[in-house]
Amino acid sequence: MTTNISKRIARCSALVLAGTFATSATVALAADDTITLGAAISMTGKYSTNGKNTLDGYQFAIERLNQMGGVKIGGKSYKLAIKYYDDESTSARGAQLVERLISQDGIKFVLGPYSSGLTKAIAPVTEKYKIPMVEGNGADRDLFVNGYRYLFAVLNTSDYYLREAVNLLAGQAKKEGKKPSDMRIAIAIENDNFSQDVRNGVLEDAKKYGMKVVVDDKLPPEINDMSATLTKVKALKPDMLVVSGHDKGATLAVRQTSDEKVRVPMLALTHCDSAQIAEKLGRSAEYAVCASQWDDDLSYKDKWFGTAKDYANGFEKEFHYAPPYQAAESSASVLVYADALQRAGSFDSEKVRDALAQTDLMTFYGPVKFDSTGKNVAKSMVLYQVQHGEYKVVAPSKWAQTTLVYPAPGWDPRK
Amino acid sequence: MDNLQILVAAPVFNLQLLVDGVLIGSVFALAAYGMGLVWGVMRIINIAQGEFVMLGGYVALHAAGAGIPPLATIPIAAIVLYLLGWMLYRAVLFRLVDRDLFTSILATFGLSILLQQIANQVFGANVRSLDSGLGTLSFGDGQITVAEIKLVAFGAVLVLGAALVLFLKTSRLGQALRATAQNAAAARILGIDTDRVYAATFALNAGICGAAGALVAMTWIIHPYLGLTYTVRAFMIVVVAGLGNLPAIAASGAALGIAEQYAGFLLGTEFQTAFLFSLLVVILVARQLALHRQRLYLK
Repeated sequence: MTTNISKRIARCSALVLAGTFATSATVALAADDTITLGAAISMTGKYSTNGKNTLDGYQFAIERLNQMGGVKIGGKSYKLAIKYYDDESTSARGAQLVERLISQDGIKFVLGPYSSGLTKAIAPVTEKYKIPMVEGNGADRDLFVNGYRYLFAVLNTSDYYLREAVNLLAGQAKKEGKKPSDMRIAIAIENDNFSQDVRNGVLEDAKKYGMKVVVDDKLPPEINDMSATLTKVKALKPDMLVVSGHDKGATLAVRQTSDEKVRVPMLALTHCDSAQIAEKLGRSAEYAVCASQWDDDLSYKDKWFGTAKDYANGFEKEFHYAPPYQAAESSASVLVYADALQRAGSFDSEKVRDALAQTDLMTFYGPVKFDSTGKNVAKSMVLYQVQHGEYKVVAPSKWAQTTLVYPAPGWDPRK
Repeated sequence: MDNLQILVAAPVFNLQLLVDGVLIGSVFALAAYGMGLVWGVMRIINIAQGEFVMLGGYVALHAAGAGIPPLATIPIAAIVLYLLGWMLYRAVLFRLVDRDLFTSILATFGLSILLQQIANQVFGANVRSLDSGLGTLSFGDGQITVAEIKLVAFGAVLVLGAALVLFLKTSRLGQALRATAQNAAAARILGIDTDRVYAATFALNAGICGAAGALVAMTWIIHPYLGLTYTVRAFMIVVVAGLGNLPAIAASGAALGIAEQYAGFLLGTEFQTAFLFSLLVVILVARQLALHRQRLYLK
C-alpha cells in the first residue's frame, strides 16, 4: 500500500516537473508570435482596488494593440500577452513573484505593480537580472535616486502632486492684494514613503514663496480619525489644508472637515478620483482641490486610443467604470513598451532597455520622455476642483476648464 | 510647545478636545463591552473584534444603499451581526471554550484574517463612508463643533450599557451568564446549558460590535482592514477597566479617547498611537505593582 502511494506521488511530481519545464521553455522563447509581459499585481489585500485598476489598464492596452495588429519586430507581427501573479499587496511577495516571473517563467519584460512601496521592492530584482521594468504606479522620488538602469516610470513623481496647489495659493494671494508669504499652510500627510514625498514637494514650494507651515502632522497608516489635527486647523485658521493619505486620507478628510465644519479657503487632496469623493460623499466633497496624473478632458492623443476622451469611453464600455488615472498610466506603460520594442527591433532585453531610454512618445496619457534616472519629465500634473459634483480641471492654466473657487464658501451656505 | 500655547491662549479648544475625546472613546467602549463579556464569560480573547465592527459598517452601508434611513441601519447591523456571531460560535468558537488562552487568540486571529479577506472580496477594498443625514452643532462662532452622529454614539453607549447591566442583573439568561462566568462547571451541574450561554454571549458581543460599526461608518470611514484599530483599543480598555465592569469600561473608553485627542493635538498625530501604547505599558506596570503590594499584604 505504502509503496503504491509513494509510486503515485513520484509519478505525480514527475508530471508536475515536466509541466513546469514545458511551460518555462515555451514562454522563454516568447512562443511563436506572442511577447509575454510579466507583472506582480495586487489582486487581494489593501491595494486590491488600485491593483484591479492597474491590471485593467494593462489589459485594455494589450487588447487594443493586438486588435491593431500587435507589435512589428523585424518585419513580423507579434501579439502581446500578460502573465501576472497576485502579490497580496505585500512588498516581499511582490519581489518574490517577479523573481519567479523572470527566472522560472522566462519573462524578459516586466510591467510595474501598484504603489511606490511594491515598486521599490521589485526594482532591485529587475536590476539584478537586467530586465527592464516600465511602471505607471510608483511615484516616490526615492525610486529614482538609486541609479537604477532598468526602471522607467511614465508618471510624475510624488513631490509634484501638490506643488501646483501651492502655486495656486500664491496666485490667489496676489489676486487679493496680499503677498504669497502671508499665506499659511496646514499639512496632514500619511507617514509612508509616497505621501511623505508629496509633503516634501509642498514644503519645498512653500519655502520658495516664504509661506508659513503652521500645522505639520504625520497621519499614522492605520488612521481612523483626524479630529485632533482638525481642531488645530480650527484654532490656527490656515489658508490651505493639505491632506494626503491614499483613499483613506481623502475620504476621512472630506467626511470630517464637513462633519466638524472646519472652514479652510482651500482643501488640497490626493487620490480623490480613486476614492470617488465626488460620487460617494456628495456635497461634503464640494470645492475640494485634488491632484491627478491625468484627466480625460486633456487634449492629448495617440494613434492607438485616439484622444484621452476616446480612451475613457472605450475603457468604460469594457470595464463598466470610468478609468481613474491609475488605469490610464498603466495603459500608457504598455504603449511605451510596444513603441520601444518596435524601435529596438529585437527581443534582447538590453536593446529594448536602450530603446526605452530613448523614448519620445505622445500618448493619450500625455507625452513620455525619460531622464537619465528613468522618470518621465515631459508630462505635468493637473489639479481638479470638485464643482457641482464634477471634477473640473483648474490648473495648470493651459488645461484649465474653469476657474478655481477661492475661498471655498463656508459650510452653512452649502447646505 | 506651540500647540500647548494654543490651548493656553484659547482655552476653548480644550473643550473641543474633551468633547471629541469622550465621543470617540464611546465608540471604542462599545467594542470593549463585548470583548469584556466574551473574555469574562468564555475566557476567550477575541482578536476578530474589530472585524465585527467593520462588518457592521458594511451592513449599515448596504442597508442604507437599499433605501433604509441611516439611523435605522444601526439596529439592523446589530441584528445581522448577532446572527453571524451565533453562527460563528456554532462553527468555530465552541471548540475554543475551556482551551488554552493561546489557542483562542490564534484561532480568532485566523478568523479575523478570514473575515478581512472575505470582506475584501465581497465589498472591495474601497474606502467607504456613510452620510448620517444629521447636522453639526456649532458653539462659540464655530470654534466648538460637534457632529450630531457622535452624540448618537454617546447615547448608544449609555443606553446599551444600561440595558446590558439590567439584562445581566435581572433576566434568566443574564443570571445564567453570570453564573457561568463565575464557575462554569458548577453552573453546568446546576442545570445551566452553558453551551447556549456561550453562544448567546458571543452573539451578543458581535451584535454590539455591529452597532458600533454602523456608527463608525457614519462618523469616519470603513474599509476591510480597519479592524485592528478597534481590537487594540477594545483590548486596552478592557485591560484597564477589568472584566465585567461595564461603567468602568465606558469611563476608561472616554479617558482613552481624551488621552488620544490630547496626544494627537500636543505631540502630533504621528505620536498618537505610540503615546497610547506607552500609556498601556505604564498602566500594566502600575497594576502589577499594586497587585504585588496586595499579595505581600495578604501574606
